[in-house]
Amino acid sequence: MKRLSRDEIAQRLARDIPEGAYVNLGIGLPTKVGNYLPADKEIFLQSENGVLGMGPAPAKGEEDWDLINAGKQAVTLLPGGSYFHHADSFAMMRGGHLDICVLGAFQVSQHGDLANWHTGEPDAIPAVGGAMDLAMGARSVYIMMELLTKDGRSKLVPECTYPLTGLHCVSRVYTDYAVFEIQPGGVVKVIDDCSGAGQEELLKLTGLPLVFD
Amino acid sequence: MAMVTRREDDSLKAGTRGRLSTLPAVIADMINKIVSTVQEAVAGIKDGSTVLVGGFGGAGQPLALIDALIEQGARDLTIVNNNAGNGDTGLAALLATGQVKKIICSFPRQADSHVFDGLYRAGKLELELVPQGTLAERVRAGGAGLGGFYTRTGLGTMLAEDKEVRTINGVDYLFELPIVADVALIKAKTGDRWGNLIYNKTARNFGPVHATAAALTIAQVDEVVSLGELDPEAVVTPGIYVKRIVRVQSQEAKG
Repeated sequence: MKRLSRDEIAQRLARDIPEGAYVNLGIGLPTKVGNYLPADKEIFLQSENGVLGMGPAPAKGEEDWDLINAGKQAVTLLPGGSYFHHADSFAMMRGGHLDICVLGAFQVSQHGDLANWHTGEPDAIPAVGGAMDLAMGARSVYIMMELLTKDGRSKLVPECTYPLTGLHCVSRVYTDYAVFEIQPGGVVKVIDDCSGAGQEELLKLTGLPLVFD
Repeated sequence: MAMVTRREDDSLKAGTRGRLSTLPAVIADMINKIVSTVQEAVAGIKDGSTVLVGGFGGAGQPLALIDALIEQGARDLTIVNNNAGNGDTGLAALLATGQVKKIICSFPRQADSHVFDGLYRAGKLELELVPQGTLAERVRAGGAGLGGFYTRTGLGTMLAEDKEVRTINGVDYLFELPIVADVALIKAKTGDRWGNLIYNKTARNFGPVHATAAALTIAQVDEVVSLGELDPEAVVTPGIYVKRIVRVQSQEAKG
């Protein structure tokens, strides 16, 4: 067995994004997916702060701080790209016009509930940003995360214990061990054992009644 | 028909403005929303005002207007912005003065939000946390004269507490109220004396939405052009929404 690195998870996820898809990459880990989109496919990247057709980061020294992504990093615009205001940007999400959004997670439940914005700790300052809008709006929500917490507990869980971002919204979970698909009725199917962990190990790690091909 | 008899001095000079230059030469008081200083731009903002502030992080943040508001000194303000200030300038500097009692935003906590963090933890600043798209739509609804809207965003989360849930065509939605404000402070790239605005790239963000929802919308712009120079097909904020424009030197805003 060989667990995937964060870059390899991004690379694995990028392979599943079809040509012509309208895609939003969340801040943090999901931003890495942009580095692995195949150059021979046209994929439209949307950013919540009002840009469609987002290109890669500019060369150092070429940054334009009026052209940034959701993570407030400098980006570029591809020919054919466009700008729009915030209400339009989120109408685009809620209206179901985005094919895929990629988000990070603290926890995903077997029913597709997502927790990714708040640890729930009393002294934590909550910050939600666009996570709830994306979770409920995009047609498919792909989660990218390491399967286990630092102390070895599965982040794929029967029920989320952290505060929720959205209910029944996750379609797939890409992890360092495997790719999971959330199916109706709380069924979690392993669609790619990309680490070679094997059925027994995945069942043990998640503690969920996983379904395999 | 006073409106159509007003005309541009510069359009006469150029002689290329078509219909306007053929009208009788009656000079009425010209509508001029351009003010010459940021102090004039923020004059009259009252204590207790709700102020919509444009910008997403640094992009589109009207730094000169915020600095002028600090100098002007209105207190007990409620600020609406996506964030709660970065570093020690702009919105963060305004928070640091103690002029703000409440902030309505989606993403206060950032690597460099130490001013907000300190005030919030000390209980000196009230926070209303709103999902980003709901925030934009609440302001849009305010500007559009709507009494609110139903959205799926936030359903089943702790941000749905105490909100009405309604089932429409078999789908549950949360009811969200509009936001209307006394003042909007926004940054645009170019404006004209009628208040028409265009923006620069992703610095557009909340600007056009905020512009619609305040009784007094004030824009700082990098440049002012004569009427007719902005392509009417490309005007993003029509002048009806804007009361005052002030040109300020372009400020580099990072991150």
